[in-house]
Amino acid sequence: MDILKFLTAGSVDDGKSTLIGRLLYDTGSVLADQLEAIQKSSRKNEDGTVDLAILTDGLKAEREQGITIDVAYKYFQTEKRKFIIADTPGHIQYTRNMVTGASNADLSIILIDARKGVIEQTIRHTYLVSLLALEHVVVCVNKMDMVDYSEEVFDRIHAEYHALAVKLGIHEVTFIPVSALHGDNIVNDSVNMPWYKGKNLLDHLETVPVRELDTLLPARMAVQWVVRPQTDELHDYRGYAGRILSGALKLGDTIKVFPSGMKSTISKIETFDGEHAIAEDGKSITLHLADEIDISRGDMIGEIERPPIVSNEIEADICWMDTRELDTSATYFIQHQSKVTRCKIREILYKVNINTLEKVNADSFGLNDIGRVEIKTADELAFDPYDKNKRNGGAIIIDSRTNVTVGALMLRAAL
Amino acid sequence: MDYLDQLEAEAIAILREVAGQFEKPALLFSGGKDSITLVRLAEKAFRPGKFPFPLVHVDTGHNFPEVIEFRDRLAKQIGERLIVANVQDAIDSGKVIEQKGKDASRNALQTVSLLEVIEQNKFDACIGGARRDEEKARAKERIFSVRDEFGQWDPKRQRPELWNTFNGRINKGENVRVFPISNWTELDVWNYIKREKIEIPSIYYSHNREVIERNGVWMAAHEFLNMDADDTVYTKSVRFRTVGDMTCTAAVESVKTDIDDIILEISQSKISERGARMDDKVSEAAMEDRKKGGYF
Repeated sequence: MDILKFLTAGSVDDGKSTLIGRLLYDTGSVLADQLEAIQKSSRKNEDGTVDLAILTDGLKAEREQGITIDVAYKYFQTEKRKFIIADTPGHIQYTRNMVTGASNADLSIILIDARKGVIEQTIRHTYLVSLLALEHVVVCVNKMDMVDYSEEVFDRIHAEYHALAVKLGIHEVTFIPVSALHGDNIVNDSVNMPWYKGKNLLDHLETVPVRELDTLLPARMAVQWVVRPQTDELHDYRGYAGRILSGALKLGDTIKVFPSGMKSTISKIETFDGEHAIAEDGKSITLHLADEIDISRGDMIGEIERPPIVSNEIEADICWMDTRELDTSATYFIQHQSKVTRCKIREILYKVNINTLEKVNADSFGLNDIGRVEIKTADELAFDPYDKNKRNGGAIIIDSRTNVTVGALMLRAAL
Repeated sequence: MDYLDQLEAEAIAILREVAGQFEKPALLFSGGKDSITLVRLAEKAFRPGKFPFPLVHVDTGHNFPEVIEFRDRLAKQIGERLIVANVQDAIDSGKVIEQKGKDASRNALQTVSLLEVIEQNKFDACIGGARRDEEKARAKERIFSVRDEFGQWDPKRQRPELWNTFNGRINKGENVRVFPISNWTELDVWNYIKREKIEIPSIYYSHNREVIERNGVWMAAHEFLNMDADDTVYTKSVRFRTVGDMTCTAAVESVKTDIDDIILEISQSKISERGARMDDKVSEAAMEDRKKGGYF
């Protein structure tokens, strides 16, 4: 059994919370005391049934306003998979929250109201999903009950969305007609839409392959910590601890340390449970090298054949996440894997109107703005272009005055 | 990768980030299954080296003796430093006042001792075993959760947390609570304990115990509960699903003494884990309010 992390993009009006509530409820993931607490709550559907949307609202302000402000994580499990849902708000003022949720997701569910079709919000959500390079997109055309479960309506939205996906370079999209309110095609196949021959949502989520290609990507491991017991019996012990971001490292492999460029050979791959001949992406390990070379936290270990880009002048897409505007004269911190260094966002190349996808000139970036910038860093970073290897292509910008995370970067190329 | 391997690798990476980013971290250890799991994960992250942090226990003085004994034995066995902050000290010095009446509990008083031990030791990061599936306010908390000088959590001012990049930079006086097993569920923890053959305190397994009924649940019969003539003492076969202070942790009736049976019982249970916690039942936002006040 493995884990699928997915994101739900949409607003309360599209029935997003109801959809998640339905998934949890119909898979038996809501327990009696939680249901009792919900039933006690004053919010009900028009017909008096329990409002499943309440299952996803966590904070007082959210319950009061009936909206999702922040990313909420929900967990459920079937016999086939463990699921982690990042439930993110859909309105434009919460774009940064959606970017945050999408950064850790393998798949995104895009909700479209069958009555409205592809709207501005759909374009925005799809753009963000393409920007963050999610592996899979599932379009749930919801509220099919409100359009008489019409195949024609579904087909029209299908065609409309397909054109958008192609334009944004999204290759794999699955379309499912659903009614979250009544449970059609969520966990159970719909009896109202016999014309739909595909899988229901849960079936699809249980079987879609995830992270299969990460092992084939170039090997990368950021050094997080150097294990040095310095005891009498382990006097010379020196292990480099980190997580394999992508690819695989094997015993005897010749590797390079970036940015220094020094070479060595892997002499031991170790975990608490023993020694290993190979370690694949996702695994946290401790590495031993044949040569005594200078390596510390912040360094990147990678394969020689397919090295990362090493540069201190970088072009990147940025999502600005702070109410204080981006300042091209200020010095920020940039954190890429275990490396933190100072940087300047020295030029704004363009801003994207995320509702129309137009590129526009801009002098400044405010909260939720997205576009392309040029960055100069104090120390060199060893990264991969985000679209080629997102496990080593993302970084964050930290305000050096407040220490708050103010931007998300998708690194693209060296200048 | 198997889901437990994936969760384990993520937690190890988070623990190593704490070691790499902070000057004086600590691991909050309660003697419960979640913090015992954290100790195993720390061994996986740092052995054969020492932990780059001590274990810290905030002891209400009303803990189960089995758990205290277990705590001391484990600390000795792994050879790591244990710091105990006593709520009794805070009561004796008048910093907090003990609650009165039948529902009195020292659970809420822990926060004061926790903040005090953080301040005295100048801890800049406290690792805790909280999970997002436990409670709806916890579902929204970050893995690196910044708290102000008063330990307060401000849900509206949380930092965005992207990819596996954790921003641990803080201003003077602030500290960070770190939750490496955020993405684990109760069942994941039990399955991991089983797989790793981790020892946990005996009270997690069924045993005969004298209990009384309080607010519809079974509580261990003990002087800490302010018992009186109205309380009838029964002897029942019970186990504890979550282990906190005796005054706020209810027992569940069970005859299961084997971990496989307990896992099965939990997966079929119709009540959530914290359904046995009196401290969450106070109001719909009980946890959110306590977190804002510095609770972990």
